[in-house]
Amino acid sequence: MNTRLQAASRQVDGPLLKVTDLHTHFRTERGLVRSVDGVSFSLDRGKALGIVGESGSGKTVLSRSIMGLLPGRNTEKSGSVIFEGEEIIGLSLKARRKIWGREMSMIFQDPMTSLNPVMRVGKQIGEGLKIHLGMDNETARETALKLLQDVRIPEPEKRLDQYAFELSGGMRQRVMIALALACGPTILFADEPTTALDVTVQAQILELIGEQRRDRNMSVILVTHDLGVVAGHTDEIAVMYGGKLVEKAPTRTLFANMKMPYTEALLRSIPNIEDPSHTRLNVIPGRPPDLVNPPKGCRFSPRCEYVQPKCITEEPPLLTAEHAEHVYACWFPVGSPVYREKRAQLDKESKQKLSKTGVS
Amino acid sequence: MAGSGKAHLRDKGDVLLRVEDLVVEFPVGRTGLKVHAVSGISFDVLRGETLGVVGESGCGKSTTGKAMMMLPRPNSGSVVFEGTELTGLPANEMRSARTRMQMIFQDPISSLNPRRKVRDIVREPLLIWKRGSEKEQLGKVDKLLEEVGIDPQRAAESQAHQFSGGQCQRISIARSLVLDPTLIICDEPVSALDVSVQAQVLNLLEDLKVKYGLTLVFIAHDLAVVKNISDRVQVMYLGKICEVAPSDSMYTSPAHHYTKLLLDSIPVPNPEVTVQPITVQGEPPSPVLPPPGCRFNPRCPAADDRCRSEEPQLRKVAEGHFVACHHPLFGGEAPVAVRTSTS
Repeated sequence: MNTRLQAASRQVDGPLLKVTDLHTHFRTERGLVRSVDGVSFSLDRGKALGIVGESGSGKTVLSRSIMGLLPGRNTEKSGSVIFEGEEIIGLSLKARRKIWGREMSMIFQDPMTSLNPVMRVGKQIGEGLKIHLGMDNETARETALKLLQDVRIPEPEKRLDQYAFELSGGMRQRVMIALALACGPTILFADEPTTALDVTVQAQILELIGEQRRDRNMSVILVTHDLGVVAGHTDEIAVMYGGKLVEKAPTRTLFANMKMPYTEALLRSIPNIEDPSHTRLNVIPGRPPDLVNPPKGCRFSPRCEYVQPKCITEEPPLLTAEHAEHVYACWFPVGSPVYREKRAQLDKESKQKLSKTGVS
Repeated sequence: MAGSGKAHLRDKGDVLLRVEDLVVEFPVGRTGLKVHAVSGISFDVLRGETLGVVGESGCGKSTTGKAMMMLPRPNSGSVVFEGTELTGLPANEMRSARTRMQMIFQDPISSLNPRRKVRDIVREPLLIWKRGSEKEQLGKVDKLLEEVGIDPQRAAESQAHQFSGGQCQRISIARSLVLDPTLIICDEPVSALDVSVQAQVLNLLEDLKVKYGLTLVFIAHDLAVVKNISDRVQVMYLGKICEVAPSDSMYTSPAHHYTKLLLDSIPVPNPEVTVQPITVQGEPPSPVLPPPGCRFNPRCPAADDRCRSEEPQLRKVAEGHFVACHHPLFGGEAPVAVRTSTS
């Protein structure tokens, strides 16, 4: 608990995390893969940010770039990440290790391969406590037990002496969360924390992360491809496409008033449980861009229904919407005159198509 | 008998597939214990229908799909497909029966041979069964590839790893159709795909189903996906069927507490909807030692002594809607006949 006091005393003005023009490129045989290509955002203390995008949009690389978890070889990084008022890009491994676990920690998608298979659960949780907080064996074990209780694992005393393979998927993910929370981090990265879990367990895990965030006044960055998951569990959402941030807004604003046709298309392609069965799904044609040779102009333009000549030649900057915290990168956003004209035209075409085929 | 009842089986209509009392068990090492993967389930599929099978991991949904293809043969029970009992069929006859029933798997990339050209993969079933001349075979393969949205020219030159996940799943679909099957068993066909690509593949399956008059068994854990594609949905829990109903009525009025839990657990992509706290905690128990009585009783909010000792049988609660529960959410104590006339 003394870590939290320390964190509070170190509190500085401004956002907890400020990312400016972050680039992460990988050198490959095919050329330079621009996985993160100029991303800027900031995150306040105690807030939950969702990063959403398809596979290959750069969302995982972004979170790992901030954490500093990427290999140094064949990676080109630039930009700045200010965490609690200090620049953390370019820190030595030694300095990083002081931050990992204690200030920033991460929950990974696959709880089986991210736990040490030959170390008992209790010892694994205790390891960080001993290194970072200088606890002795006994205190570390007691704290580990308390953490397992916090994440509501059934029979926590028994689990301390078990190995990861003896636990179910949901329990392993709870152990991962206990491990990540152990040293009282100020920010928690959760990279697809529930993708490997069943729906009933997913709901429990998301609730648990939210509860721990409120209890500990911790910030959370939730990386996922599922708009349903972020809708109920975040304050803000950032949508990524082709290595860029294309829209960011407070969660409610985003869902009520999305500007980017990509965000809209992504939401519309999810089957809605309230629609009758056999409802035709809206698709996004094509596939995500190749990050070695990204399209010129707007990166979504080759797949966009509303594409205009300007979109293909000029890349849209991040613009501010009516709501000051709402930014988007689109020349002809949802609701603009050009968008509406094109929408009306598309609706007319699909109606004609339907009447031709005789389907009502 | 410890089955889950057969009240939901249909006599009328063109029944393509009928499974009764299917049991699949696997030994656990040399311990003498058994994994009760599927414990006496019965269901049927009409010609042209899509049956959705949902449940969490370990509920036996994939095992059911494979047991229908005799991969491996079930421990007991009967599988009647197009009027033929498959369980006792000699291996060579089973092989030819499998040309009429095909399967699509979850991981599209690993289910295609990495060393071969995609067009040859799709053509192989035709070569094995010596159907048509080379020209006819290639014509058919190219036509199918075009229908699923793959360029035949590129397929002739490329291997599976040169295609994306969604494209590989399209190739798997083309391969499954090349022998003109009547039944396609889809085992989590879209769970490895991005939402945008998932919608493309689901729409494609719907189109092909109409075009080729297919019957589908669609196994998945995503309820929204299953609802979208199915006519009838069957919910499984720990090797048993909990509930069977027409797709829409299952979602508007679930009768089983487990179905309700599944529906409540789906994250809603709308922040205005307040997330209801989930009342049911925990995870499914091990299928090695399933609980007695109703298998859902340790997690069920309505469980009482009867649920812990007596296994519920499937019974009718509304037209086409069957539930195996002693205390269903509707259609409980009232006579069944009254319920059906009002619904």
